[in-house]
Amino acid sequence: MVPLAHILALSVILFTLGVAGFILRRNIITIFMCIELMLNAVNLAFIAFARYLGNLDGQIFVFFVIVVAAAEAAVGLAIIIAVQRNRGSLSIDDMNSMKL
Amino acid sequence: MEYLLLLILLPPLAGATLNGILGRRFPRPVVSLIACGSSGLSAIFAVAGAWVYSTLATNPEPLIWKYFTWIEAGAFRADFALYYDRLTLVMTVTVTLVSFLIHLYSRGYMEHEGGYYRFFAYLNLFLFMMLTLITAANYPLMFVGWEGVGLCSYLLIGFYFRKKSASDAGKKAFIVTRIGDVGFTLAVALIFWTFGSADFHYVFARVADLPPGQMASTLTAIGLLLFLGAVGKSAQLPLFVWLPDAMEGPTPVSALIHAATMVTAGVYLVARSNVIFSHAPEALGTVAMIGCLTAFFAATIALTQNDLKRILAYSTISQLGYMFVGCGVGVFSAGIFHLMTHAFFKSLLFLAAGSVMHALSGELDVRKMGGLRRIMKTTWITFFVATLAISGVPLLSGFFSKDAILAGAYEGPLGGPWLYWLATITAGLTAFYMFRALLLTFHGSSRMEPAVEHHAHESNGKMTFPLLVLAFFSVIAGYVSLPPALGGSEWFAHYLEPVFGASEALLKASAMRPHTEHLGELGVMGVSVVVAAAGILLACWFYWKSTGLPTYLAERFDGVYRVLVNKYYVDEIYRWLVVRPVTRGSETVLWRAVDSGAIDGLMVNGSADLTTGSGGVLRRIQSGNLRSYAAWILLGAVLWLGYVVLQ
Repeated sequence: MVPLAHILALSVILFTLGVAGFILRRNIITIFMCIELMLNAVNLAFIAFARYLGNLDGQIFVFFVIVVAAAEAAVGLAIIIAVQRNRGSLSIDDMNSMKL
Repeated sequence: MEYLLLLILLPPLAGATLNGILGRRFPRPVVSLIACGSSGLSAIFAVAGAWVYSTLATNPEPLIWKYFTWIEAGAFRADFALYYDRLTLVMTVTVTLVSFLIHLYSRGYMEHEGGYYRFFAYLNLFLFMMLTLITAANYPLMFVGWEGVGLCSYLLIGFYFRKKSASDAGKKAFIVTRIGDVGFTLAVALIFWTFGSADFHYVFARVADLPPGQMASTLTAIGLLLFLGAVGKSAQLPLFVWLPDAMEGPTPVSALIHAATMVTAGVYLVARSNVIFSHAPEALGTVAMIGCLTAFFAATIALTQNDLKRILAYSTISQLGYMFVGCGVGVFSAGIFHLMTHAFFKSLLFLAAGSVMHALSGELDVRKMGGLRRIMKTTWITFFVATLAISGVPLLSGFFSKDAILAGAYEGPLGGPWLYWLATITAGLTAFYMFRALLLTFHGSSRMEPAVEHHAHESNGKMTFPLLVLAFFSVIAGYVSLPPALGGSEWFAHYLEPVFGASEALLKASAMRPHTEHLGELGVMGVSVVVAAAGILLACWFYWKSTGLPTYLAERFDGVYRVLVNKYYVDEIYRWLVVRPVTRGSETVLWRAVDSGAIDGLMVNGSADLTTGSGGVLRRIQSGNLRSYAAWILLGAVLWLGYVVLQ
């Protein structure tokens, strides 16, 4: 059986990759995928703990996260398409019209 | 009788309400009909009340009716209750009668003025408040009337509110009397605290039961505080400064409020509280002393004034001083007697002065009058009668009442030689300045400006009728109390004995004055006649025979003259000591430092500045750069996590 620490380490690595991508990349779609990556890193940690503790709470939580992530993907992608159509750009640096 | 008493009070209130709310829509005859009718009804009921009271079996005993409970808070309780005894009787009849006549006079006087209905509404409200003051059965209710007349006085002094000096005078009157009112309020609180009630009959019964000397310090404190209230209201030293300025109001107001009725409220207060004062001779001595000094002081100022109404105002202050002397030496009935006669002749003097002012297009400077006796016969005759009365010429009302006070000052329980002589000298001064005013106004050759003289005319019947009635009373009012020396029986003093008798007897017993050599009633009378005659002759010599003499004397004694003309610089001293520090302090500290600096600068603008300032700094964080937001979130998460882990 794979020890808990290993799985958590993988989860941390995935999460860090997500964060790094989120901060460093400029394309909205990439950033969006980085968010998904972070969510899945968290899901992985939930599953690992659920198994380690012999408790189903973590797995149920993961279902919730997946549902939310799916909804988020639907809304998020719709927004991205709208942005692309209005501005002709997907660069995050162009989206600062709310700035004072 | 129970309802009769209410009926005395209610017509003026109804009149004031009706005129005050609807008067703007009424034509003038209706307004004056309501006002005069209500005060006339009040006078009729007052006389009827007096008649019914004297037929009651319980006659000399005071009657008390409680109508409803007004305030009830813990142990404190004040009822709307009225009190009627012989003192109240005298006061209600005098006040309503004089007031009715002045209402009648005002119809003519205010004919050409704006705010007709407003004037009559205030006048009626004043009458209601004055009657409340007189008939109240406890100190709190009396205080309502006391403040109410103060309010009406303020409103009526500032009646010509577009004139700066008039509105200033109104404020001055209100603020200065307020100083006295502090004393009144404290006195009422002290009475309640000591006796557990502020009802007249209860408090007076408790005090009367005390052996003399017991609780003397408390009672002296109460007496002095009450007197402080009286000093403010009745314009005595050192709070008299408001009364001369109050002459800015319309003349009927000066006659009714600032001569005949409201200013005598202080005297009434002292007389009503006679039981308390009889157990506090020191306080009563102070009353006599202040009264005597005021009488003399104001009379000397009146000598040199040139404004006709101001001469009368200082004369009022001086005569009020006399009333306080009467009460203060322990002869309360003499004080009330003078109050009554003074109400008639002083209101007559003011109304006659108003008639002159009316004829001369508002001129008040006696230097620009003269010779009016040919043009205004009725006014001249009535003014002459009132002048004789106030000067103490024998057989007129002022002679008898002043003589009663002088006799009291001479041999009353708390009298003394210096009180007597100072009061007598003041009587001479009174005769002098009143005849000066009379001669300068009505006699000699005309010094009027041509345009004014051309217009000068006798006032119409609406104004001269009340003058004649008041002149009649000024002559006969004295005969209610002929002194024994002239074969009379001092009926008035005996009539008030149920009210004052016990107190006067107690004072007589406790005074233990060594019996000085007896000048005798006739002696006192003789001295005052001689002094009055001297004043009159001197005035005639100065202002009739050798008219250059006053100017010569004024130049010769320039210093004295200037002090008198400037009223001893009392107003200037107050301006220096009180008004200037207050305005300066308000300007530099309260306005510039506290209001502009702390409240506006620090708090109002300060909070706005703080928000814009911090906003200006914080808005730099919102760069619109999504990645920097993410970095901030990360940083925050790391810091929080680090904190949790390291814990």
